[in-house]
Amino acid sequence: MATTEDTIGRTKKINLTRSARTPFRSYFDFFMTFLTGAFTILTIVPLVALVWDVVRQGIDRLGIQSFTELPPPPGLEEGGFGNAILGTLITLGIAAAISVPFGVLAAIYLSEFGRGTRIAYGVKFATNVLAGIPAILAGLFAYTVVVLTTGGFSAFAGGVALSVVMIPIVVRATEEGLLLVPQEMRQAAVGVGATNFQSISRIVVPAALPSIATAVTLALARAGGEAAPLLFTALNNNFWSTDIWQPIATLPVLIYFYAIIPYEAQKEIAWAAALVLLGIILIVSISSRLLARQRL
Amino acid sequence: MNSDTINTPNSTSSNTTQEAILRAENVSVTYGSFQALRGVTLDIPKNQVVAFIGPSGCGKSTLIRCFNRLNDLIPGTKVGGKVTYQGVDIYGDKVDPVQVRRRIGMVFQKPNPFPKSIYDNIAFGAKINGYKKSEMDEIVERSLRQAALWEEVKDKLKESGLSLSGGQQQRLCIARTVAIEPDVVLMDEPASALDPISTRKVEELIQELKENYTIVIVTHNMQQATRVADLTAFFNAEAEEGGKRFGYLVEYNKTEAIFNNPKEEYTRQYVSGRFG
Repeated sequence: MATTEDTIGRTKKINLTRSARTPFRSYFDFFMTFLTGAFTILTIVPLVALVWDVVRQGIDRLGIQSFTELPPPPGLEEGGFGNAILGTLITLGIAAAISVPFGVLAAIYLSEFGRGTRIAYGVKFATNVLAGIPAILAGLFAYTVVVLTTGGFSAFAGGVALSVVMIPIVVRATEEGLLLVPQEMRQAAVGVGATNFQSISRIVVPAALPSIATAVTLALARAGGEAAPLLFTALNNNFWSTDIWQPIATLPVLIYFYAIIPYEAQKEIAWAAALVLLGIILIVSISSRLLARQRL
Repeated sequence: MNSDTINTPNSTSSNTTQEAILRAENVSVTYGSFQALRGVTLDIPKNQVVAFIGPSGCGKSTLIRCFNRLNDLIPGTKVGGKVTYQGVDIYGDKVDPVQVRRRIGMVFQKPNPFPKSIYDNIAFGAKINGYKKSEMDEIVERSLRQAALWEEVKDKLKESGLSLSGGQQQRLCIARTVAIEPDVVLMDEPASALDPISTRKVEELIQELKENYTIVIVTHNMQQATRVADLTAFFNAEAEEGGKRFGYLVEYNKTEAIFNNPKEEYTRQYVSGRFG
């Protein structure tokens, strides 16, 4: 066996052999490894089960008419939910048009101008609180601010409600993206004679664009699946509508209503609508991951 | 400390008298309650290469950042004393730091090209400084030639600046700096992140740039100072009672004199490698 000398000259044996394992240690090792592995797999079970169930129940009813036709009146079989898909896109569009400028500008303030100030601290705290507020309260907010003042349910009110859900997500993810832009980049821009505005608008924000795109798509995916904020803002509509001042149908609300009425055809439509909603959210989430990966 | 022995190379008889383009007068810098630099007075003569050497924490980078007001970006920084550029106090009330930085460019320790194409890395500074779009191709080529990078990148100007090697990136940063035709180029340890071959290229470049620009270079590498600099300033850090450290200027003279015949004991010890 090899030997080595320690600092005061004593000879020591080098022993790298593994010590003997007791049976208990072996079993315990196996058991704990099994436990952690099993629970890891369990965490993906709900997702797989949910996707499986929605596909299984929704695929039969899904067809071209799902996208082009209106829902059938009670008792009839034919029809689709094209108006709800359009409505979801419209309300999400309104929500994005409100929350993206708000959220991105707020994030720019937090990361570029207000870093370390009391205002920034307060705003960050507020967005964290906002992120934790139940979505139905966002609907209540839009109800009092928009529905009551404009005199009726509307797509716009729905968009406002969804934007309240989106803003904290956009702010936090955008701010993180901006903070990831190295400080050297800002110094370099300022070093070649850029003003603060030029440095931020031409260097810092473009460098953070993938993160900002991710932030927006994440927020869209979250808001796209919300029914609660839309129940008493956008309400519902059995017909095609593109008027943002009229009530509008959306996928989550359509699913909510159709899942609880006792007609089989409507229930099938609800399943198919759930599948389409799942598809939209999956596409948005996957594209957000792809956007995040892109770097120049 | 020896702020009474005013360190201006002009005052030494061995020096050719030259116009000072930058002048620091009794400059002190504090970050919050921490004093980084105390009482520095020195002149930077035109079209010379001046090296700042000294151990870590001696305030040499802090001083170089005073010359183009880059310290403004660090909250809580206070600059005392006076820094003048061609006789104008650059910390004066009416001075626009953006204009200062346009005249006094900076190359950083870590190569930091913008995440844009090679072409746009150079065009960015030129555009925001009002150069015309029609001149842009010419400016890009001229700057890249000045930075000895043109031959290597002329066929891939559209590619990302980040696709270049570290040494090329640093030369791109130098090209970006000279594109806006400053008077002074400040370099904060420009070769410390580079391999020996890239370092040599950057050093050769500094020698060439001297024709048109005044260069102030911070370096940890004493050989580098002897190779590139006409004048060398040695800074040291000292702890005062209570353990607070501050940096100050020990000696400033022709590079040859600093390395071969230093007047101060600290300088002699440092350049002979006994501390730092």
